Amino acid sequence: MAGVQTPLARLQAGTRAVIDRITIPPSEQSRLLEMGLIAGTPVEIVRFAPLGDPIEIKVRGYHLTLRKEDAEQIWVTPAPSP
Amino acid sequence: MPPPTSNVVLTGNPNCGKTTVFNALTGLRAKVGNYAGVTVERKEGRLRHAGEREVTLLDLPGTYSLSPRSLDEQVARDVLLHHLADDVPTPQLVIIVVDASNLERNLFYATQVIELGYPALLVLNMMDVAAELGRTVDHAALSRALGVPVVPLVASKGEGMPQLRQAILDGLDQPAPAAPKSFGTLPAPFAKELAAVEAALQSHPPVRSTTHSESLLILSDESFLPANVQYYPAALTAAVATARQRLDTAGINWRTAAIEARYLRIGDVSHTVVSEATDSGPTWSDRLDSILTHKIWGLVIFVALMALMFQSIFTFAEYPMTWLEQAVGWLGNQAEGALPAGELTDLLVRGVIGGVGAVVVFLPQICMLFLFISLLEDTGYMSRAAFLMDRLMSKVGLHGKSFIPMLSSFACAIPGIMATRTIESAKDRLATILIAPLMSCSARLPVYTVLIAACLPDEKLGGIIGVRGLAMLGMYLLGTVAAMGMAWVFKKTLLKGQTPMLIMELPSYKRPVLSVTLRHMWDRSKLFLRRAGTVILGINILLWFLATHPKSAELTSDFAAKRTAIAQTTPDGVTDTDAIEKYRNDRLAELASDEQGAQLRDSYAGVLGRFIEPVIAPLGFDWKIGIGIVASFAAREVFVSTMSVVYNVGQTDTGDEAVTTGLVRVLQAQRRADQVTPVYTPRTAFALMVFYVFALQCVSTVVIVWRETGTWRWPLFQWMYMAVLAWVMAFAASHLARVLGWPD
Repeated sequence: MAGVQTPLARLQAGTRAVIDRITIPPSEQSRLLEMGLIAGTPVEIVRFAPLGDPIEIKVRGYHLTLRKEDAEQIWVTPAPSP
Repeated sequence: MPPPTSNVVLTGNPNCGKTTVFNALTGLRAKVGNYAGVTVERKEGRLRHAGEREVTLLDLPGTYSLSPRSLDEQVARDVLLHHLADDVPTPQLVIIVVDASNLERNLFYATQVIELGYPALLVLNMMDVAAELGRTVDHAALSRALGVPVVPLVASKGEGMPQLRQAILDGLDQPAPAAPKSFGTLPAPFAKELAAVEAALQSHPPVRSTTHSESLLILSDESFLPANVQYYPAALTAAVATARQRLDTAGINWRTAAIEARYLRIGDVSHTVVSEATDSGPTWSDRLDSILTHKIWGLVIFVALMALMFQSIFTFAEYPMTWLEQAVGWLGNQAEGALPAGELTDLLVRGVIGGVGAVVVFLPQICMLFLFISLLEDTGYMSRAAFLMDRLMSKVGLHGKSFIPMLSSFACAIPGIMATRTIESAKDRLATILIAPLMSCSARLPVYTVLIAACLPDEKLGGIIGVRGLAMLGMYLLGTVAAMGMAWVFKKTLLKGQTPMLIMELPSYKRPVLSVTLRHMWDRSKLFLRRAGTVILGINILLWFLATHPKSAELTSDFAAKRTAIAQTTPDGVTDTDAIEKYRNDRLAELASDEQGAQLRDSYAGVLGRFIEPVIAPLGFDWKIGIGIVASFAAREVFVSTMSVVYNVGQTDTGDEAVTTGLVRVLQAQRRADQVTPVYTPRTAFALMVFYVFALQCVSTVVIVWRETGTWRWPLFQWMYMAVLAWVMAFAASHLARVLGWPD
């Protein structure tokens, strides 16, 4: 059964998911993709910053931080909890 | 005949240990300078143990991709694409450093660089970190997949260095590869358009190995061609636009197709060369992060670290600063004693030694600050600080990345402004540069100290909080709040524009290598010394001239007459010759001080002070303060020494502290024209300190802003807005004090 798509920013810390699509305007997507966030890539939410924003994710074995407003536009399919 | 020099460049992602590799290859004798036209740090060194050969290694700034998002990245790209050919010779070999523990993302840039077609060499660094994570990388298989030699390395421990050195020499001997490589299978329509662009470039000499990569950038990177249009045929712009239209129609995203294809290929390579043991669980870096970015502890530790940093800058640096002050004083005295009295000696002692000394004295603080910043950077904590502070910075429209330059500006705006280079958006970078000097730097400290000591009572509010300490803290806070406020204003008006997405790597923590950190600190401090030194030296010579000329012949003869008179005076009832001698010498010293003051009043500086008096009178300042303000537009701390000259504070050789306390007493004794009202009241101090919080009184900062922005427009604008702000805020402060009922 396919999981339900949800924005990355809505996930709880510790959740794993797979990137589906990115709805950020095309001209601004490039660096995100260059950093390895392309469709089909597994990601994990590591934590939210103490003040609530930005969020820290783990992707391709390294840690990356993004703002919630941008992570709202990264749609993912959460992995079923083990 | 000496052998010809071979040029090798070193490139790679940020945080891949590239600098450590560079240091290990070149030793600690790298030359640090700038690229022509930009202030991006250029590090060059000679390969050690290269035998007869002369091999120059250039360390490019860390880069994630050939489509730059910051000034640093742009320089790296331009070097690799010959766009800085006048400044940087074409490399004979490119060494690509990759982090073995973070292979996929590192390979993204590495494959881009391999495609450039230079003879290349891949360094697989941090093999130990990968092993800790339970990963083994088959370097032979990686070499086969990428088509370039691969050298495994642990640069921090020196493991694999001899092999790397040999591989570099071998790489220089090997001829350039026949055909450029390409990674990833592009969608057919995209490949077709790419081939067309490439064909257009082939017909436009000079044809280079980089043509394929350039075609890819021309087609898929929107900002590449507009920024580099002078290097390519004019017809290309229109051709590319129609090619993109065709791709859009075919339903192909030309911006991302190449990136996706590359990552697919990298995924395949990674699967064949990396074998992952079972999940090794959280690393020590992960565990450290769970504390350092913890909801509560993370913030507590952050505040504590910042407090420690300031404490160290202000207290630990004090001893070497006192030594340096004494050394400069001693040198001045020696020079004065050894040389015949006269104009030239005066210039040498007060202008040159005093001027250079004023800069050198700040060196310990600067070193201390840079030591901290280098440590925070080299350990990986700096990006955590940006992570913690991003929310606050976003309120005024900036990134967490702007936090670091603002923090540095507490010590000195110059390193702060230099640290803005990693900020991706030009507008954000400019906004940060414009507000950086509002953070109270260390040069304001002596001004605040003297004014607070002279004007504010040493009392405790409610028996707990010291008034003086509170005033000092207030000034620091005022500057910080103003900086944030102005950032908000600029981002809303002049520098309106969307802040680009925050995409920041949080690298794993690293144990800093002491020699690297110290080297880092020293390179930066040296740059500061050289730059600020030249400017301040020039200004001090000018100031010396303004304060000592024109020499009034009338005054000179007046004082000469007084001197003769003193030489013949005998105090009543004193017969002892030694006592008479002492009395006369004391009077002569007083007279010399009087003469200095009188000369200053009639000097160009004095005229200038009186000239601006109408402007500053509404703030409650007189012409003497005016001289101080005018003089300190060269550098703020000059206020203190100028005031001691203006008020004839005896310059007894008992060290700096004695001069300061002497100055404080003299300031307290000053009266206004009515001979009753003191000049230096809490109200004056308040207004004057507020003025110093806001005014851009630092020539070095103006020069650095000019160099960083490449135009005089911005430093002039910055100077003006800060001057207006300083006047208005000082005026407001003065009136607020009146409303609050503070005495005049």
